Amino acid sequence: MYEHLETAKRTENLKRIVVDPVSRVEGHGKVTLMLDENNMVQQARLHIVEFRGFERFIQGRPYWELPVLVQRLCGICPVSHHLAAAKAIDQLVGVDPVNLPVTADKLRRLLHFGQVLQSHALHFFHLSSPDLLFGFESDINKRHIVAVLAEYPDIGVQGVMMRKYGQEVIQTICGKRVHGTGAIPGGMNKSLSTVERDNLLQNIDQIIDWSISSVELIKKVHCSNLPYYDDFATIRSNYLGLIKPDGALELYHGGIRAKNDKGETIIDHVDYCRYNSYIHEEVRSWTYMKFPYLLSLGQQNGWYRVGPLARVNNCDFINTPMAEAARLEFKAHSGEAMVHSTLAFHWARLIETLHCAESIKALLNDPDILGQDLLTQGEKRYEGIGVIEAPRGTLFHHYQIDENDIVTKANLIVSTTSNNMAMNESVRQVAAEYLSGRELTEPLLNNLEVAIRAYDPCLSCATHAVGKMPLQLELIDAEGNLIDKLIKHGNGQVERNCVS
Amino acid sequence: MSKTITIDGKTIPFEEGQTIMDAASAAGVYIPHLCHHPDYSPHGSCKLCNVSVNGRICSSCTFPAMDGQTVLSDTHELNEDRRRITQMLFVEGNHLCPGCEKSGNCQLQAVGYHLNMLDNHFPHFYASREMDASHPDVLIDHNRCIFCTLCVRASQQADGKDVFAISGRGINKHLIVNSQSGLLKDTDFEATDNAAHICPTGAILAKRQGFRVPIGRRTYDHKEIDQVSLAESGYRPNTTLIAETEQSQYDE
Repeated sequence: MYEHLETAKRTENLKRIVVDPVSRVEGHGKVTLMLDENNMVQQARLHIVEFRGFERFIQGRPYWELPVLVQRLCGICPVSHHLAAAKAIDQLVGVDPVNLPVTADKLRRLLHFGQVLQSHALHFFHLSSPDLLFGFESDINKRHIVAVLAEYPDIGVQGVMMRKYGQEVIQTICGKRVHGTGAIPGGMNKSLSTVERDNLLQNIDQIIDWSISSVELIKKVHCSNLPYYDDFATIRSNYLGLIKPDGALELYHGGIRAKNDKGETIIDHVDYCRYNSYIHEEVRSWTYMKFPYLLSLGQQNGWYRVGPLARVNNCDFINTPMAEAARLEFKAHSGEAMVHSTLAFHWARLIETLHCAESIKALLNDPDILGQDLLTQGEKRYEGIGVIEAPRGTLFHHYQIDENDIVTKANLIVSTTSNNMAMNESVRQVAAEYLSGRELTEPLLNNLEVAIRAYDPCLSCATHAVGKMPLQLELIDAEGNLIDKLIKHGNGQVERNCVS
Repeated sequence: MSKTITIDGKTIPFEEGQTIMDAASAAGVYIPHLCHHPDYSPHGSCKLCNVSVNGRICSSCTFPAMDGQTVLSDTHELNEDRRRITQMLFVEGNHLCPGCEKSGNCQLQAVGYHLNMLDNHFPHFYASREMDASHPDVLIDHNRCIFCTLCVRASQQADGKDVFAISGRGINKHLIVNSQSGLLKDTDFEATDNAAHICPTGAILAKRQGFRVPIGRRTYDHKEIDQVSLAESGYRPNTTLIAETEQSQYDE
């Protein structure tokens, strides 16, 4: 759609505008724009400028360390990494998800609902509400949570308290709010006591109430300026995520479903252990983040979006009543099979927040949650794959080990990576439709950040393209003639192209 | 009349043949240490237990207690030295507590906390050390070895084997395994050996057990190393009530 803006035809005489860093997102990224003399945008890119390399340095470590090591990828959704890795190493000890003890399975789900709740609350209230409440081009001095707390104290405090509750769920199960321990191969390391359960139950009704009012708030914000919200940064895309066997929204375990922009099914209920046959990744030279795509649709058209919008779009229903009612209203507003509005990510995110709150209550009232049977074991295997719906979307962890229990290979496809192409498309859409031809000012540039922020990207989690970055080295003489060219391809192959 | 020494002004009785460390532990006085263990012959190598005896610095785990000694241990200067030594241990190896399964049960970490070590101070060596995962039940992560020789001593003195040794000198010092291949799998080492459970850090670990003990129930989650260490040495203070109350909070 806006792909022609990925690389300008000629970069000579273009003005370069840099938004660095992109603020109020997790991790470090920057946006570069190339403008011609009439301020028309010729090139727009979102670059991820940090490099983490977890895939590489967990090689050589024993597999039971993985859930604890890889959760350090992130301070926002460590639990999702913890659990994706745990699901993978369950398989290494011969345990498939269906064979996990019921209590362990439910404790992990409770833990993950806490994680998604706190991450979604953090994103909406702390990171995005300043844009949504004060306006995208509002005074920069007001675009932060402190100003929200000052002007909308009720909303600000709700956000802080909802996030706190999610963190309390995590601390109760993992021993710490951030980077605790909980999931181990084949189960969990601690049961939930009655006292702990009752403590969490005390506040859950309040959290549900607040979740309802946040859905109302975003609906009001979205619908009060419907054409703008439906168009801003909006792109038509495919959507991918996990789904329950009955088609319900799922965050912990299920098959992969992908739909196209018209809502037609591309793949459905695919066993995620076979993800490699459906999804590949492409590396581009100007960013550390890879570009995944659906194999059947090819590199050009196979990119897809993940995360709250994808999940709420993809599912047939939500199995908690209030979130389901909110979903129906959400789907009805666009009149299309799929909601493509990028800013609708916020709406979908808060519907999920409500779903998490409702599900936490249901799980806390489930007698299984207090069970003591936490661990099981089967025959050792040498390969494990764990996939989960992290707050930001589908998260893949794939490990191979040797006979000594040491990790020999790791592949992580992190949610934000899946949204890479989409975020770039949204940046280009905003650049082309809202910025092109205008004198650029800071408030105008915030529009680019608003587009990126809608995806709630976690840039630090998503950067692992070690040694796969294609490089091109050109030798140019004083007259500007190309004399020699060296190309390193994504597969590591080096090619020398003598130009003469 | 029994013989006594004073440690930090406190009069402490001792029996003939006891070291200063033995006498201190029996009297409930904790002197920080890493290479010392009451079950094995003293080694005097980590230098954390250095004390001032009548003005001379000596290792309290090897130095015999003698009548009338004036011992200083809990002083600013000595604790400063101990902190520096601990910091050096941290930067020499790869002691990455956040991802280490020994965290919360680790003496090196607990000593660091006890000495109020807040940073590494020295530049990190980023040592590149191999792991020996060849044994079916036990893992050696050389990154975390501090050369205390406790595994060497435990294997020889308690297990009647000779599985480990320290080789090399100075900065090249390293733990080796006494087998033709140099691998643990080619020794008579077993997971039930005392040497498999003696490591004060996470260098020698039972496989597939990591993170089974939840946060809150690990050795040093609610007790400092001085309490734990004295209890291990057989010292029984009159504070069992406190310990029981603490425990009951987490039993629920």
